Amino acid sequence: MILAQLPVQTPDIDWTGLLPVLFPAGGALLLLMLRSLLPSRMASPLLDAAWTVAAAVAGIVAVVVLWQRDTATEAFAGQLVMDRTALFVAAVILGSVALVALALPRYCERAGAASAELCVLMLLAAAGAVTMGAAADLIVLFLGLETMSIAAYVMTALNLRRLESLEAGLKYFVLGAFSTAFLLFGIALIYGATGTTSLDGIGDFLADFILLRDAMLLAGTAMLLVGLGFKVAAAPFHAWAPDAYSGAPTPVTAFMASAVKAAGFAALIKVFVEALSLRADDWRPAVFALACATLAVGSLGAAAQSDVKRILAYSSISHAGFILVGVQAANDSGVSAVLFYLAAYAVIAIGSFTLLAALSGPGDDRTALDSLAGLGAARPVLALGLTVLLLAQAGVPFTSGFAAKFSVIAAAAEARSYWLAVVAMVSAVVAAFAYLRIVVVMYFRDKGDVAAAEDAAGVAGASAAPETAVGLGAAAVLLVAVLFTVVVGVVPGILESVSATAGGL
Amino acid sequence: MTEAAAFPAALTVLVLAPAAGAVLLMLMPRSRPDLLKPAALAVAAVPAALTIWIVGEFDAAAGATFQFWQRYEWIAGWGVSWQTGIDGLSLVLVAMTVLIFPLVIVGVGAEHSPKPYYAWMLLLEAGCLGSFVALDLLMFFVFFEIVLVPMYFLIGGWGHGRRAYAATKFFLFTMFGSAVMLVAIVSLAFLHASASGGAVTFDLISIAESQLLAVDTARWLFLAFALAFAVKVPLFPLHTWLPDAHTNAPTAGSVILAAVLLKLGTYGLVRFGLYLFPEASVHFAPLMVTLGVIGIIYGAVAAAMQSDLKRLVAYSSVAHLGFIVIGVFAINSEGLTGGVLQMVNHGVSTGALFLLVGMIYERRRTREISELGGLQKPAPLLAAVFMVVMLSSIGLPGLNGFVGELLVLLGAFNAHRWWAVAAASGVILAAVYLLWAYQRVFHGPVSGDNAQTPDLRWREGLLLAPFVAAIVFMGVYPKPVIERIEPAVDAVIVHVQDNVAGFSEPVAESRTPVSLDDLARADAERGDGHDHDHDGGHGHGDDEHGDDEHDDHGAGDGHDSHDDHDHGDG
Repeated sequence: MILAQLPVQTPDIDWTGLLPVLFPAGGALLLLMLRSLLPSRMASPLLDAAWTVAAAVAGIVAVVVLWQRDTATEAFAGQLVMDRTALFVAAVILGSVALVALALPRYCERAGAASAELCVLMLLAAAGAVTMGAAADLIVLFLGLETMSIAAYVMTALNLRRLESLEAGLKYFVLGAFSTAFLLFGIALIYGATGTTSLDGIGDFLADFILLRDAMLLAGTAMLLVGLGFKVAAAPFHAWAPDAYSGAPTPVTAFMASAVKAAGFAALIKVFVEALSLRADDWRPAVFALACATLAVGSLGAAAQSDVKRILAYSSISHAGFILVGVQAANDSGVSAVLFYLAAYAVIAIGSFTLLAALSGPGDDRTALDSLAGLGAARPVLALGLTVLLLAQAGVPFTSGFAAKFSVIAAAAEARSYWLAVVAMVSAVVAAFAYLRIVVVMYFRDKGDVAAAEDAAGVAGASAAPETAVGLGAAAVLLVAVLFTVVVGVVPGILESVSATAGGL
Repeated sequence: MTEAAAFPAALTVLVLAPAAGAVLLMLMPRSRPDLLKPAALAVAAVPAALTIWIVGEFDAAAGATFQFWQRYEWIAGWGVSWQTGIDGLSLVLVAMTVLIFPLVIVGVGAEHSPKPYYAWMLLLEAGCLGSFVALDLLMFFVFFEIVLVPMYFLIGGWGHGRRAYAATKFFLFTMFGSAVMLVAIVSLAFLHASASGGAVTFDLISIAESQLLAVDTARWLFLAFALAFAVKVPLFPLHTWLPDAHTNAPTAGSVILAAVLLKLGTYGLVRFGLYLFPEASVHFAPLMVTLGVIGIIYGAVAAAMQSDLKRLVAYSSVAHLGFIVIGVFAINSEGLTGGVLQMVNHGVSTGALFLLVGMIYERRRTREISELGGLQKPAPLLAAVFMVVMLSSIGLPGLNGFVGELLVLLGAFNAHRWWAVAAASGVILAAVYLLWAYQRVFHGPVSGDNAQTPDLRWREGLLLAPFVAAIVFMGVYPKPVIERIEPAVDAVIVHVQDNVAGFSEPVAESRTPVSLDDLARADAERGDGHDHDHDGGHGHGDDEHGDDEHDDHGAGDGHDSHDDHDHGDG
């Protein structure tokens, strides 16, 4: 009764600040509606993809506009804060969506995948991911994470004709749900210890009070680390990643390696480097251990695989280890380095996975290492493009991969984590072995050897079909990825100045 | 140096021209494969011509200062600059590099797919030149590392036998070493910045001249740098990639690998070892000399046991590079001068040896020593050239190898007497394995198809002529080369003496005159006092800065003192 009489207090909502979330979310809902209302003969993967690209680009435009503002834009009474870090991450996520969507129509035609569903889910996941990056409250963070994750689970299992895809979806879902439980429990414990779920509030509380009994806070911190560690596939919480990455439709893998990873690290930065910065001495050793384990598992795992998609999946784990090195530094250069790395790696990963999708035949089947044999001779341009991307992942100079590794190592050196830097660089050498194996197969293996091997194995036609047309979209993605990789590698300043601003330097 | 200002970007052009040429080459029409080789040669001629001009303009008397100095901002946010300069030490290595590349390009063609082959060659040249002229730590690292990629593809794509294995091994070994070096470079920059209170900089000169690091820290960092260079050189326990890479590489790859790439390691030991970490270099000199001596003996013994001629030459490289390392870490004028001279000598001699082995392989399709024999009869000219080159490699007086090895041994004898004695046995062992191999390949009865071995063709003769000429010239009259090396070397020694308390250049207590002209000259000039004529300083200032500069180190504020330096614009 009383409630009905009082004017309801609603928070001020700055809708412009919400635009980077609204564009992908609204785009997804509209696309879903249109596709169910319009007759199916009007459906075309090309239109779906175009719509997705448009939504993502609109989101990026909103990001650019917000970036020009001098102060961070708050929405929902400070629950969602679009500061420069959040905007940078949003740009990475939305850019990833646009790039992945560009190559989608051809893939869907070939693999018979449902393009509308993929597009809708990808946009929804992106909306969740952008929310995660901008969350100023653990509850909002959780909402974003769930929106992103659930869409990602479904996308992983979307290729109904492939058993691996379904298996990957199930694994991802079960382990993801498990990790979400950790995250929620962690949030609850942190709330118990500090009395707030607001990230700023937690920081203020830790600045104002000294907890004499901090077991609950520490337990909460640990739980949060586990929960977010799952999302970024940090060892020992990485077990889902190789299967999910290799089982998922390849464009979805590209999306997971770029956007999902970026959102996970944005959350790690928000929670640990910013909110829990005063307890850095407690969590830095844990992140140190996580980073070492992730680097080791990722690079050794990559070296041991004989399937290109699995090599790239493990390499993605090893890159997560590198980014954790930047998180471990727990300073502004560390944050900038993480952001730089996320942007550079997102482009590299999308380029590599897109090319792999274009070459691996109708059902994502031909991803064995041998299937790329002779690519250097048969398709020199594609092989050169993939080589550049692989060398960038290995951290060869004059590629964005080197600049990214350098920035992370510099942050670690500034934080005096020398041994972690050494571990990271040595593991990069191990991972380089895996990338070189791909290069060796592409260039230094004659087709004759492969044919002989196939005869012995009784499998015919398993080698790459060099005749496969890559498609205009995939070619464009590859071109953008390679150009970005090389240009940022030669003149890292153009990305560095942006990431430094975003990181608060 | 005033003339240098007329074309200050000379060194930048030197580095970028081959890289740009490689890109142009890739864009050439597929329909005219015959144009590729002339085009590649034309591109490689640009740095060669430029270097000839630089050598002419180079002020040999001021060989200790970095001339043609130039600095651009590269990555401002990280304190990385594009900074180039050349002193006597890098001058001779650059000169060798730019002369060997065109020779190899014109002399050893691609067996297949010429377009990527020449493009990789030119990129390789750009990488090597970039490493030699870089005066920024990160810029050096970037070029030092990028060299791997073209070499990897040259070995893997145009090699023989287990080429993929050899290429991958080469790449990973070297990358492992430089991985640790990158951490050291970054750490050094940050520690220097926090000690100096200035911004982060990767400027080699300001870091090296101010020497702000704690002793222990510098030693750790030196070890990290030394690891990278030890892999590249290669020093004894880290050498295993070298025989595989050499044996399986195409001839051109082997020549470049031996002549230029290995020198990146030894050059690094001087520039980023002695100069950057003087105290740590003195501290670890016994270790490095020991490893060098082990390398000499081990390389010689292993070479003697090889049945493959190319592998034999590869192991002889390990021994020769051991000489260079003990010369460098003798840390005295003779040793270091000899070491640098040997870098050039080894490039010429071993480069020529690999060319000759390639020619033999081309004729006989085998490199097994046991399957060759009596080649002297059908191919006397080939045998004669092989003989000269081999003798230079052994160190016969009158040929280039002798001068370098003698200086190295002299220096090492003053610094580490018994090690020098052990190393000297390497000279004898070299004679053993090389003469024995020569005997088995060229002497004896001609067996089977070996009788039909064609002799040197005109083209091959013209290719080898410059090598033989260099071998003889530098053996008879090494003065022009030594004259340019010595000021730079002396400056490094003075730099070490200034920055290491209680260290003075190990010299013989009583000097007996040496018969060689240049040594006598060096002695006469040196007189009694060292400090007197060693005040060149390794900064890029002029000579008159010399003494003030050294006083500045004591004040510990190297950053300001660096800024005060005249950056070589005269």
